[in-house]
Order: sequence, then structure tokens, then C-alpha cells
Amino acid sequence: MNKDKDTVICRCEDITLYDLKEMLSECRTLDEVKRLGRLGMGPCQGRTCLALAAQVLAREQGRSADGIVLPASRPPVVPIPLGDLAGEDTGRD
Amino acid sequence: MIRKEAGIIGGGITGCAIAYHLARRGPQDVVVLERGHLTSGATGRCGAGFRHQWSTEANCLLAKHAIARLMSLAGELDFPRGLEIKTGGYLILAHTDEEAAQFKKNVALQNRLGIDSRWVSPQEAREIAPLLNTAGLVGGTFCGRDGHANPFLTTFAYARAAERLGAQVITHTEVRHIEVANGLKTVFTTGETFQTPVVVDAAGGETAAIASLVGASLPIHPVRHQILVTEPVEPALDPMVLSFHLHLYCQQTPHGSFIMGLGDPDEPPGMNINPGWRFLRDMAKKATFLLPALARVHVVRQWAGVYDMSPDSQPILDQLPQVPGFYVAAGFSGHGFMIAPLTGELMAQLILGLPTTLPMDMFSLSRFAGRPLHVEASVV
Repeated sequence: MNKDKDTVICRCEDITLYDLKEMLSECRTLDEVKRLGRLGMGPCQGRTCLALAAQVLAREQGRSADGIVLPASRPPVVPIPLGDLAGEDTGRD
Repeated sequence: MIRKEAGIIGGGITGCAIAYHLARRGPQDVVVLERGHLTSGATGRCGAGFRHQWSTEANCLLAKHAIARLMSLAGELDFPRGLEIKTGGYLILAHTDEEAAQFKKNVALQNRLGIDSRWVSPQEAREIAPLLNTAGLVGGTFCGRDGHANPFLTTFAYARAAERLGAQVITHTEVRHIEVANGLKTVFTTGETFQTPVVVDAAGGETAAIASLVGASLPIHPVRHQILVTEPVEPALDPMVLSFHLHLYCQQTPHGSFIMGLGDPDEPPGMNINPGWRFLRDMAKKATFLLPALARVHVVRQWAGVYDMSPDSQPILDQLPQVPGFYVAAGFSGHGFMIAPLTGELMAQLILGLPTTLPMDMFSLSRFAGRPLHVEASVV
């Protein structure tokens, strides 16, 4: 149990394996974990944590990790400063 | 076939709040049917704000009662995580004299209804939001009791509280077909089939589509709105900054991220929830004009959702005259999340035949038949 508290799953939001297991006791899907605890909502947008979390979910629910649905990947994929986006103007969409 | 006392279609904030209030007062045997996960529709895509500052009496009263409840809701629903409530106020910017004149009327209405909003000069606006660029600003209005709450946690809190009272919340199950006979509605889904005397259509952008399953035509249509969120940074902006002139809203959440969105007056109706590149550019330009310090803050995610628009941008909370026992709670026009604590109560009162907290004729379907409408002007 202590080891779970020392194992970080999501570095952006400081979610440990312990936190994740606790959330999985009340969530069926990673989409729900994301909305309950911000898993995958930080600057990395899930690139680090989601594959780990999918494996934990599969193990906790006794399922194959292949069947775990990951939350939607949303633009802009890589964090971009608002100022850079504002400077973009080609006059076309 | 599973017998229920009431079936609620839609697992967003509205459906879950209605389930809680019904289970608390009357029949515990209530089921919520949700196509995706809870909050997967408009609720989980919204801007997470709540405000008292509206231009119609109906919306002001809804907001006032709902926000009063929201302040103690985590306790009422026994939700120890809390709801991430922040009351940094809403600062609504006037960029034209016409807007200033309308806003002063709004403040007079709000003050008459016991809402402590006020007109502020550009200088005062700058004091409330030091990051604000006041170039071209005529003034604004401010209400310090407006703010932010987390839509996910608020919905989960209602759902869990409803479940503890005996309600059933079923996710990942889509309503396909509804048959009405002898007052009973048989609701066919991708899972079980339910039979119930009471159906509540709280399906957000899909409300009219659900009502069409019983042959009704509702004056509600979905319109896409886009939104983005930044990385979390140190607290720098207390109020939600709102500009109808720029069709923009922007606030910093208690978590530190900035949430901001734009309305597009030319957006066609429809269930399109794809994000677009033009939004990202336009949003960035307007946000960095109003709040120049945000230029260095990184955008991490953009998405879109739909407003369920009614003809006067005020909700429809009523029973279908042609299908008794079939209720509608929709048409929230972009402010369903913030008024849900009252929507839940009003709908439970309406369904159970109890005295209602507010007069329901303001929210009736019959208001669209002939009489001139009081159209809400303060919508982004």
C-alpha cells in the first residue's frame, strides 16, 4: 500500500497508483477517472499516464488491456503559448 | 421489462440533480439513463461558471436560488471531495455605449431582485482584474458572488447522493425507442427495457431528438460552442471576464488553469462537436488583447460542446401537453450547469404536484404561443 503511494502515475497532476486505484473503485472507464481526478489533463495530455493507467484498470477489472478505451486525444496535442497562436495569421483558415 | 416510478434521460448535471430531488422527496425508484459516461454531453464541456448577472427576471431568479444552494451543496450531498467553488465574481465588460445602457438596466433589475451587482468604471475594472487591458472599455458590471464550480464533481455528487437514496444511474446505455400506452411509457434502450409513468427528457442537445420519439416537436436546437484550457499557473485572475462585444469569456479555475471560450454568431445549428483551428487562433487573439499577460501561458487542450438553445434563451421546464407524464428540462441555452441546483428542485416539485419555488409559467412551453418573448440578451 505504501509502495502504491510512492508510485506516481500522472506527473502533471500528482496522481499516485494509490489515488488511481481509489478512483477505479468508483469509475468504470478512464474517461471517468479523467473527469474525477484530472488524469491526463495536464501539460503532457496523457502521453505519460494513460498507457500506465490503462494497464492498472485492466488488472483491477481482470480484463485485457487491449480492450481499454482511452479518453479522446484533443488538439493542440503539444502545449502552445497563446501568444504564438495569436501571432499566426495567414489570412486563411 | 423493469418497472420504475420515473425515468430520466440524460446523465448530465440536470438529469442527476432531478434524480436526487425526486429520490429525496418522493419515489426512490428512479432511473437515470445516460448514453456515454456521466457529464459526457454539454455538462462536461461547459465553461464551469455561475453568475447572477442576467437581463431577464426569470434567469436572475433561477440563478439567485440555484447559486444560494450551490454554496452549501457539497455538504447537502455529502461529497467530501468538494466542488471546487471559487467566488471571484464575474466582470462583464461594456465596450460600447449601447452595451453600457443595457448593462445599467440589467443592474437595476438585478438589484431590485436582491442581487448585489454594480456598475464599475474602467479604473475599478482594472482594480478587480489587474491583468485587464482597459483600452476601449466604457465600463462594466461586477457581482462578487458569481464564480466557478467543477461541473464533473458537481454532477458526480448529485449522482452518488441520488444512488444512496435508492435511485439507479445507468451509463453507456442509449435510449432507442419509446412507446406510450395507457399513461405508461416503455423505454427501449441498448440495454434493459424500462416501464414508467414518468419520463424526464434532460438530454441537452439531443432533447428535441428524444421528444420526437413520442411524436413531439420542441423549439430547442443544438449549437456548437468551442472552448480551451491552459496549463495551470499561479493565481492571477480573480473574476470571470466576460465580453458580449467580443463574444468571449475567460476565467482562472481554482486549480490554476484558464478556461476560455468564444461564441460564434454565424455557427449553424447542429450536433457538430468537433473543435476547429480558426477558434484557437481567434480565441488566442482576443484573449491576449484583453489579458496580455496570458500570451506566455500554454494552451493544453481545446474541445467543443453544444448549447441547447430555446427561442428566448431561457429554459423549458414543463410537461408535454400531448403526452402527460413526459417532462422536458432543457433549452438551457448555455447556462444549464449553473442553475441545475434549482432545476432539480423545480422539476421534482412539478412532477410530484408540490408547490414550486418559482412560478412555472416563466418556463412553460405555452409561452412561445403568441405572447411577446422576454429574450435573454446576456448570452455569449
